[in-house]
Amino acid sequence: MSKPILEIKNLSAGVEGKQILKGVSLTINAGEVHAVMGPNGSGKSTLAAVLAGRDGYEVNGGSVLYNGTDLLELDPEERARAGVFLAFQYPVEIPGVNSTYFLKAALNEVRKHHGLPELDAIEFLNLVKEKMKLLELKDDLLKRSVNEGFSGGEKKRAEIFQMAILEPKLAILDETDSGLDIDALRIVAGGVNKLKHLDNCQLVITHYQRLLNFIVPDFVHVLVDGRIVKTGDKNLALELEARGYDWITSSL
Amino acid sequence: MSTATETIEDLVKTEYKYGFFTELETESAPPGLSEDTIRLISRKKNEPEWLTEWRLKAYRHWLTLEEPHWAKVHHAKINYQDIVYYSAPKQKKDAPKSLDEVDPKLLETYEKLGIPLRERERLAGVAVDAIFDSVSVGTTFRKQLAEKGVIFCSFTEAVHDHPDLVKKYLGSVVPYTDNFFAALNSAVFTDGSFCYIPKGVRCPMELSTYFRINAANTGQFERTLIVADEGAQVSYLEGCTAPMRDENQLHAAVVELVALENGQIKYSTVQNWYPGDEKGVGGIYNFVTKRGLCKGRNSKICWTQVETGSAITWKYPSCILLGDNSVGEFYSVAVTNNFQQADTGTKMIHIGKNTSSTIISKGISAGHGQNSYRGLVEIRKNAANARNFSQCDSMLIGAKCGAHTFPYIEVKNTTASVEHEASTSKIGEDQIFYCNARGIATQDAVNMIVNGFCKEVFKELPMEFAVEAQKLLGVSLEGSVG
Repeated sequence: MSKPILEIKNLSAGVEGKQILKGVSLTINAGEVHAVMGPNGSGKSTLAAVLAGRDGYEVNGGSVLYNGTDLLELDPEERARAGVFLAFQYPVEIPGVNSTYFLKAALNEVRKHHGLPELDAIEFLNLVKEKMKLLELKDDLLKRSVNEGFSGGEKKRAEIFQMAILEPKLAILDETDSGLDIDALRIVAGGVNKLKHLDNCQLVITHYQRLLNFIVPDFVHVLVDGRIVKTGDKNLALELEARGYDWITSSL
Repeated sequence: MSTATETIEDLVKTEYKYGFFTELETESAPPGLSEDTIRLISRKKNEPEWLTEWRLKAYRHWLTLEEPHWAKVHHAKINYQDIVYYSAPKQKKDAPKSLDEVDPKLLETYEKLGIPLRERERLAGVAVDAIFDSVSVGTTFRKQLAEKGVIFCSFTEAVHDHPDLVKKYLGSVVPYTDNFFAALNSAVFTDGSFCYIPKGVRCPMELSTYFRINAANTGQFERTLIVADEGAQVSYLEGCTAPMRDENQLHAAVVELVALENGQIKYSTVQNWYPGDEKGVGGIYNFVTKRGLCKGRNSKICWTQVETGSAITWKYPSCILLGDNSVGEFYSVAVTNNFQQADTGTKMIHIGKNTSSTIISKGISAGHGQNSYRGLVEIRKNAANARNFSQCDSMLIGAKCGAHTFPYIEVKNTTASVEHEASTSKIGEDQIFYCNARGIATQDAVNMIVNGFCKEVFKELPMEFAVEAQKLLGVSLEGSVG
């Protein structure tokens, strides 16, 4: 049996005094892909935000272990350096900051954390070329400022490219499918699949089943009102697609 | 859990690392301003009669003026009789003939400031004139410049060695009647830099002046005059620092640039006067008049400024585009933190045909800082086909600061094309979190975001200066991360 990377136990969290997560438990082992699905307002994005360490969310119960250490004790940048990656639902624009420069700074933070020497510009560009090839992407986005003026699809592609460069152990994809047409969805999902290895894991958060046509999860969890109410394999996603979330909520 | 806003506020707590004071024996005039003070300054500098008269005329005019209060800045009343108008490091002889005769303590001061006056400048390839309190303490690289016919020396020397040039151009761009502070400066200016690039010469190196206010209760009133003759080109850098003191000190400089036909002047400033402490006590009042005259056809003047210091900045480097096809440019980054106030911008006066101007202004406010852009684009009646593009962007860090924009546009020729763009943004918690989520710590994230915001201006600075400016911006917004 492979070892767990992420162990969430009975996690409760809220924002501005409003309780959103009401006891979520979830364990993800190395090599696994888990999908969390749920209706709007069920707490999916809160789960992603709490795991990444976003300010303003208050954890008031439970624990989260990442590779056996307390994840909630770490600052967001420490989590990122340790290998936690959040692909944003709405990637943020940073005008005037070149994408290549940004990504190189990010990678070197990860490398420093692991006691590795920083990459210089040439080494970094070689790595970029290699990953471009792997993901069948063009490098046009990297010449521009971080996410500035990118279309929805370009932003998501850029997120997946960052993921390819940073090689996280735990990748959290927060509604990566939102705002994508079917072609873009295929490209993004294809990239995610190529980045899956035996020693990392992925947590895919989505509202719709269609992403799961391309990213096939080992487990599907249904989150309703801050609790995981049902867990199954990929067929559960298909069933949700056919019958809607009402089917689950009415059976509770 | 601390909120991101608090974190940002921690970050912008500044430490000023140039706040030391050098113990030197100085020779100072008693505080106060009168015709006698002016005659004393003029006598100390062994000036010709015409200059003494010019100063006195300026003084008499100044007496008729009132301190201007139209800028969006607030300060306690300045008592002009409390200020010392002349302070100079004591020297063994009348003037040092070379750097070897300059007080080693002075040279040490410049070393501390990272300004190489002696050896390292050869590597840097920058000719430096250093102004300490009221007088110039040394100019480097003179010989190499003289071979090309370039004159680069202190204003005092220029008055003696090149009186015709000084007489011809002094006050030709900023007359002493121009404004309150320009009149004051004309009456009491003590030194400054003078630079003349002869016909067709491209100045072989960057020229640079560093200004340092050291003595207490002293005003610094320097004058810089740069003339690019026909087809001449020069790039000039200016840097400034001062010790930390509880009382405010006045700096009222005048800079005049003249570019003749096909002449080009690029004037870059990194202004880092002491800004006062976290509570807004002390700091320099920086009330400066800077103006360039594009006198000949196809001439060009480019102002680039990075303003991080001073308690109050009141400064509008401007271009008068008189020659046909002449070009004026203004690139500015102004940072106000704690209780700093800046009211800065430019004037582009289009008089000649086919003249064009570009204005890029980036204001950054943090703490309780107040940052105003004030600009005038004026297209005169005969300025056919004049063009202007202006872009004024403001960035707010935290919730207690302010950004203001006052753009004035006056067009009297129908063929003109004038564009103005403006934006205001806040360093978002979203942007910082996005960087955090990629492993970049908050302080580095703020630096990165601010530098990205200023990129269009930094790329106009000479290489070494751009690096210095980026670092300075980092220091200005630096503090403890919680």
